[in-house]
Amino acid sequence: MKSAVDIAADVRSGASSAREELERTLGVIEARNAELNVFLHVDVDGARRAAQAIDERVARGEDVGALAGVPIAIKDNMCQVGIPTTCSSKILKGWRPPYDATVITKIVAAGAVPVGKTNLDEFAMGSSTENSAFGPTRNPLDPTRVPGGSSGGSAAAVAAEMTAISLGSDTGGSIRQPAALCGLVGVKPTYGLVSRYGLVAFASSLDQIGPFSKTVKDSAVLLEVIAGHDPRDSTSLPEPSPSLVAHVNDGVAGKRIGLVRELFEGADENVVTCVRAAADALRDAGADVVELSIPELALTLSAYYLIAPAEASSNLARFDGVRYGLRVKADDVTSMMEATRTAGFGAEVKRRIMLGTYALSAGYYDAYYGQALKVRTLTIEAFARAYAQVDLLLGATTPSVAFKFGDKTDDPMAMYLNDVFTIPTNLAGDPALSVPFGTADEGLPVGVQLLGPGRSEAQLFAAARVLEIADGRS
Amino acid sequence: MTLPGEWEMVVGLEVHTELLTKSKLFCGCENHFGSEPNTNVCPVCLGLPGSLPVLNREAVEFAMRIGLALHCRIAPSTFHRKNYFYPDQSKDYQISQYDLPINSSGYLDLPDGTTVTIERAHMEEDTGKSTHLGGSGRLAGAESSLVDYNRCGVPLVEIVSGPDIRSSAQARAYAAELRGILIATGASDGRLEEGSMRFDANVSVRRPGEPLGTRCEIKNLNSLRSLQRAIDYEALRQIQLIENGAVVRQETRHWDENLAETSTLRVKEDADDYRYFRDPDLVDLAPDQTWQDRVRAALPPMPAERRAAVLALFAAPSSAQRDAVEVVIDLGLDPYVHAVASASGDTTLALSRAANEVAANLKSVANLTVDAFVTIVAMEQRGELSATQAKTVLGAILVDGGDPHEIATALGFEQLSADSLGATVASLIEDHPDEWLRYRDGDDKLAQFFIGQVMKLTRGQANGKAVIGELQARR
Amino acid sequence: MSEAITREEVAKVARLARLRLSGDELDMFTEQLGQILEHARDMNALDLADVAPTAHPFGLTNVVREDVVEESLDRDTVLAMAPDARDQRFAVPRIQGEAP
Ligand SMILES: [Mg+2]
Ligand SMILES: [Zn+2]
Repeated sequence: MKSAVDIAADVRSGASSAREELERTLGVIEARNAELNVFLHVDVDGARRAAQAIDERVARGEDVGALAGVPIAIKDNMCQVGIPTTCSSKILKGWRPPYDATVITKIVAAGAVPVGKTNLDEFAMGSSTENSAFGPTRNPLDPTRVPGGSSGGSAAAVAAEMTAISLGSDTGGSIRQPAALCGLVGVKPTYGLVSRYGLVAFASSLDQIGPFSKTVKDSAVLLEVIAGHDPRDSTSLPEPSPSLVAHVNDGVAGKRIGLVRELFEGADENVVTCVRAAADALRDAGADVVELSIPELALTLSAYYLIAPAEASSNLARFDGVRYGLRVKADDVTSMMEATRTAGFGAEVKRRIMLGTYALSAGYYDAYYGQALKVRTLTIEAFARAYAQVDLLLGATTPSVAFKFGDKTDDPMAMYLNDVFTIPTNLAGDPALSVPFGTADEGLPVGVQLLGPGRSEAQLFAAARVLEIADGRS
Repeated sequence: MTLPGEWEMVVGLEVHTELLTKSKLFCGCENHFGSEPNTNVCPVCLGLPGSLPVLNREAVEFAMRIGLALHCRIAPSTFHRKNYFYPDQSKDYQISQYDLPINSSGYLDLPDGTTVTIERAHMEEDTGKSTHLGGSGRLAGAESSLVDYNRCGVPLVEIVSGPDIRSSAQARAYAAELRGILIATGASDGRLEEGSMRFDANVSVRRPGEPLGTRCEIKNLNSLRSLQRAIDYEALRQIQLIENGAVVRQETRHWDENLAETSTLRVKEDADDYRYFRDPDLVDLAPDQTWQDRVRAALPPMPAERRAAVLALFAAPSSAQRDAVEVVIDLGLDPYVHAVASASGDTTLALSRAANEVAANLKSVANLTVDAFVTIVAMEQRGELSATQAKTVLGAILVDGGDPHEIATALGFEQLSADSLGATVASLIEDHPDEWLRYRDGDDKLAQFFIGQVMKLTRGQANGKAVIGELQARR
Repeated sequence: MSEAITREEVAKVARLARLRLSGDELDMFTEQLGQILEHARDMNALDLADVAPTAHPFGLTNVVREDVVEESLDRDTVLAMAPDARDQRFAVPRIQGEAP
């Protein structure tokens, strides 16, 4: 299908119209959504009005922005005025936010047309989109398999060619992992690069919004649009949006890239093969690729599964049946809150709330949460040491290709292990992306992961573009 | 009140004060008491999913002012989440400073010469307000409750004293002095009746030399009188318990002003596990020296200093004058007294007028310029206005503003100017030559005759002292 | 922290988190939380006494906004979200005790 860059160029030049592009998108959604369960809500009328407005502005000769008339899918944990926002949870069913997330304001200002909200693991907790209260999303490449998660719907929207681009959020790999499983580019930006205002929090110190796309350049364009300081987010980095698109073709000649043992060891053989092939491709493009070890990364999974639930246990306290969302009636307020939360949250959300509550509770804080924060320090220091030697790091995104439904649902720990390669950068706050490189035996895509120090997105896109070309995808 | 036997009370106070910012602590909603319910609310203070807090600079500066006024150390600080479920708490956690407060290790000197240490003065957000249906409007017995989130997110500073207070009178003096300081810093309006300042008292008892006893916390005392009475009641209750062989249970208690007693609100439980942790939505606060110095430079003089400055105007202040000084300092009226002193006016008169007539009309005190006050005191001092007239003119200006001379004229007090009083006295002498001669020859009693005549002519508005002055000048 | 999490602890945590668990759920969560915490033991074994904790990935300080009043939400919009509202306020059933 047409890339976002091409759609925007056509809409701006008059070769196409926003309305035409939208109708194509709505047609594909109509054809495939029932089977794949990608969108929880499609805002047909709103999108048509927005597309119409874009076309009118183009006709008046106005500059409508980098995403002129590009339909875009939004993970259903970002607030959009008047549009149902559920986080795939029964507890928020029917809630319509009275305000826009900053990313929504930014993409609309750049001419994009939000078409609807995509499915996710409830409150972004999961790696398969099976934890949605509204049914799982299917992988468009093989509907018997999961699309990954938690941003499975946003990944599937692009993989099914409903939209060219979409927005996801990544707390422990929730963009990169589904990107890998759906054969897409997916980016977890530097913490603070993209405003979290209006993103329903899972784990505030880890959450980042980022793009999905088929091409490297589309992700670069979208990230450039949504990045930059936001005074409504205290953790937002002070700088304006960096220049990314301009550096997509910078290449990797002369760059030092570290192939990290801890970021592919233990993965399936066909995944390892693709990672090694990617290392060769980067070498062929002039990079100096060295194999290295960062032993501290082995500790990050444990730290993550205490820090993220701890923050989540507090972030999700507000869903109490008082101000919005579900209420299950009871005679007194405590029983009402208990009944509401018990009925409103799914098992995985309850599991993490309890884990986090326990990790923060008196007597256990130091041993669990406190210790995890120290491991976080070790992780940051270890990455910093690595980046003193090399410019970027390379590894696998996931231990395996897309798995079948139900494969890991009964064993939370097995599911958590799926995130073992993506979690370290969330703890460090550094950026990373997944780019498709090669296919496994079943014909399913493999994603390789590129990691860099804070604010190194331009270099990451340049390296990903090298792999995109070497893989023969444009 | 003195405690029986050898008993001693140990009291520490936690004082919450709302800050006079225009907007709330973490959002742009108006910080305003008395708005229509749920009109000053936004995604942030309603705790809507996805909203994020951003700290109000002015609230930080008010907190620093309070800290500096209490001789605290200002240090890098953090914000934590105190997690507990409660309907007036829109996020089901309160953002508060915990192990690293902005202000710590200060002290407050009381007028009686004692000192109370200040452990900390930290920033936090206020909760919403519930009203209760059924059960005669009280929480206990209510069938349901209604929540207004206008107050949710209003900035507070919580000032925690050390357990240094040994009597209810000292507790009251501390609270009063602290209130004066908070008002002087501009951080608070000190309005106890509106709940903008609230006291919690931690009370325990012991015999001297013994370790600290089990303490009870009395919550939400909202007047100085309740504070003092509740502490006395609670200390006696604990003594009686112990003397009867029972033990004091650590609990939170409620003071009932009508019944004049405290009662159990809740027993401290294991369930009080707030799971404090750093709020990941907020970053560290570390005011640098420049910022601190700027705040310090803008800090006005505190009550203790101002009290000393007013008292210094009096060689041997009477106890009534000392009380008047307290009123003047408490209400911020000392600039009036100092202005009269600078104009070499009658400071005794100035203190009395400020502590009585001006203090009684605080709502419109802005109408009274310092110059107008100085003029009125001078007019009274010179006899151009009687005491009654001076009070009338002062009252009129406090209501509507204006020039003292013009108002005196408009009220028909113009004949009392020195000139017109002189003319009145001169004409009376002409009309009553016999009386005048007897007075001139030494019969002082006849002064009363002339005063009476002047009063008749001026409908009682003349100043008797001034009449005598005029008579003597002509003797 | 060598002891596994007990059923009683899980029940207490559920109460703190305002969740109600059936007996079966209690058993399941006790086992699952135990497994996850067991995995965290590699971390607990480390001596990290000299390591400072990191709560934020980047150490920003003094992020403040000016004290300016912004428009609040429309009250009808706000109360329309509420499961129950009366007299322009959010209505809740009986509150059992004062805030802690
Ligand atoms: Mg407090
Ligand atoms: Zn607000």
